[in-house]
Amino acid sequence: MDLRLVIQLVVIGLTFFMLINASALLVLAERKIMGFMQQRYGPYLVGPHGALQPLADILKLLFKEELRPKGADKWLFTLAPILSVTAAFAAFATVPWGAQTTLFGLLDTPIKLGVADVNVGLLVIFAITSMGVYGIVLAGWSSNSKYSLFGGLRASAQMISYELSYATSLAAVVMLAGSLSVREIVDSQAGSWFGILSHWWIFVQPVGFIVYAIAGVAETNRAPFDFPEAEQELVAGYNTEYSSVRFALFPQAEYINMTTMSAVATDLYLGGWHGLLPIRTPIDPLIEQYGLGWLVFLAKVSGFLFFYIWMRWTLPRYRYDQLMHFGWKVLLPVSVVNLIATAGIWLYFNG
Amino acid sequence: MAETLIFYVLSAVAILASVLVIGQRNPMYSVLMLVLSFAAVAGLFIQLDAPFLAVALMIVYAGAIMVLFLFVVMLLNAATEDHASWDQTHPLRHPAVTRFGTVFALLLVLELAYALLRGNDLNQPVGSQATPQVVGSVRELGRVLFTDYVFAFEATSLLILVAMVGAVTMARREGEQR
Repeated sequence: MDLRLVIQLVVIGLTFFMLINASALLVLAERKIMGFMQQRYGPYLVGPHGALQPLADILKLLFKEELRPKGADKWLFTLAPILSVTAAFAAFATVPWGAQTTLFGLLDTPIKLGVADVNVGLLVIFAITSMGVYGIVLAGWSSNSKYSLFGGLRASAQMISYELSYATSLAAVVMLAGSLSVREIVDSQAGSWFGILSHWWIFVQPVGFIVYAIAGVAETNRAPFDFPEAEQELVAGYNTEYSSVRFALFPQAEYINMTTMSAVATDLYLGGWHGLLPIRTPIDPLIEQYGLGWLVFLAKVSGFLFFYIWMRWTLPRYRYDQLMHFGWKVLLPVSVVNLIATAGIWLYFNG
Repeated sequence: MAETLIFYVLSAVAILASVLVIGQRNPMYSVLMLVLSFAAVAGLFIQLDAPFLAVALMIVYAGAIMVLFLFVVMLLNAATEDHASWDQTHPLRHPAVTRFGTVFALLLVLELAYALLRGNDLNQPVGSQATPQVVGSVRELGRVLFTDYVFAFEATSLLILVAMVGAVTMARREGEQR
């Protein structure tokens, strides 16, 4: 078989492997950071400093009994978690995570690090992440339980509302970069301004980045916007009736969605694999020379994920009407004005 | 070969799912079958080298509009339509309505047959601007949409706006102050 094809398949397999492990690592990271923020140790007993805690959690969930309520819809109850986790994995397909590389001269023509490079890649990510809502909504409906139903209802309303501002904020970056391919958007951020400041779109689009970050948290149903599973009000929301592996798939989908959201933020606003820090450092040319951009990418994604977890354990949950008010009357107008202003300024200087 | 096979599989899924939308009685399943049908049609668009149309179909219809449908079905907790008495008294079961519907269904079938028989140049795009390059590229599609077809585009958006205002007006109760 062709060496190039083998390496491409290895890259795809590696992406999948990293995503699976991202969810396990994030569970541990979340509990450790929460422990640190609440002045305790967090998980400590399984493995050195509790490092094997995710493994123990997964084994426990695997050996639990799988329950299905009598009144539940048999097919949709099974389909919902599968749909959720499939959409989460598939959404990462068009997210590139490294520059073109020849693997230290192993290949004649460079290979692209990432699963697929589609010319409407950003829209593909949108389309697939918006399929993820079906998993949660169907889980809520098929459980035949009041709490689950409310969780599903909230999820659909919330994700529809925040998708708008999320997409509008990204449209401004698409306009500046002049492409819908995520790889081309990343490569439009190479280099620097005046040799000092990295050429990242976050410096041109600070408002867009803030809107994206907030709407992204709401899209992934994370605190302070975790209404579909608000435990004080809805027991556990849409996944109340789930147990064992079926339950485990929901948090897994959530963590993978968080990773995708952070990866897209890194690719679109934080320069992807271009430039480690906002200011140019002497190591930047070295990173590009040795093709280690994917390490830079990983570092930025980890930073964004830390921000996600940090926010969860710092901010209290909103109220549901405040969420809707904020989404439609604050976030959406801000992102639309941002888009129009960006278009106007771009036309003034380049038109 | 593979492309032909994929085409037939996707078409079969699209047709079967569309039939099942009206062919079974659980409204929840109807909504999901419509989503499946959209997904199959999006696959057909990709085969026609129009990835933007495929993705737009998924984002707008499957990702937003059908979620709202699902929301309404869940909110109203629509019952499965399998009660015999409910079926018999349904206004749509009235003989006059049934006859009316039959006539229109026949007209639709005739119209489709006429279009298929007449359109022997199915490879020819309808508008002169709609070349494969235009449909394939987002940039060209946007340019054509906002220059040559700008009137149709703006008229459609105005129509949708009017429909939205109308829906809000009708949803508001008589004499309500807010």
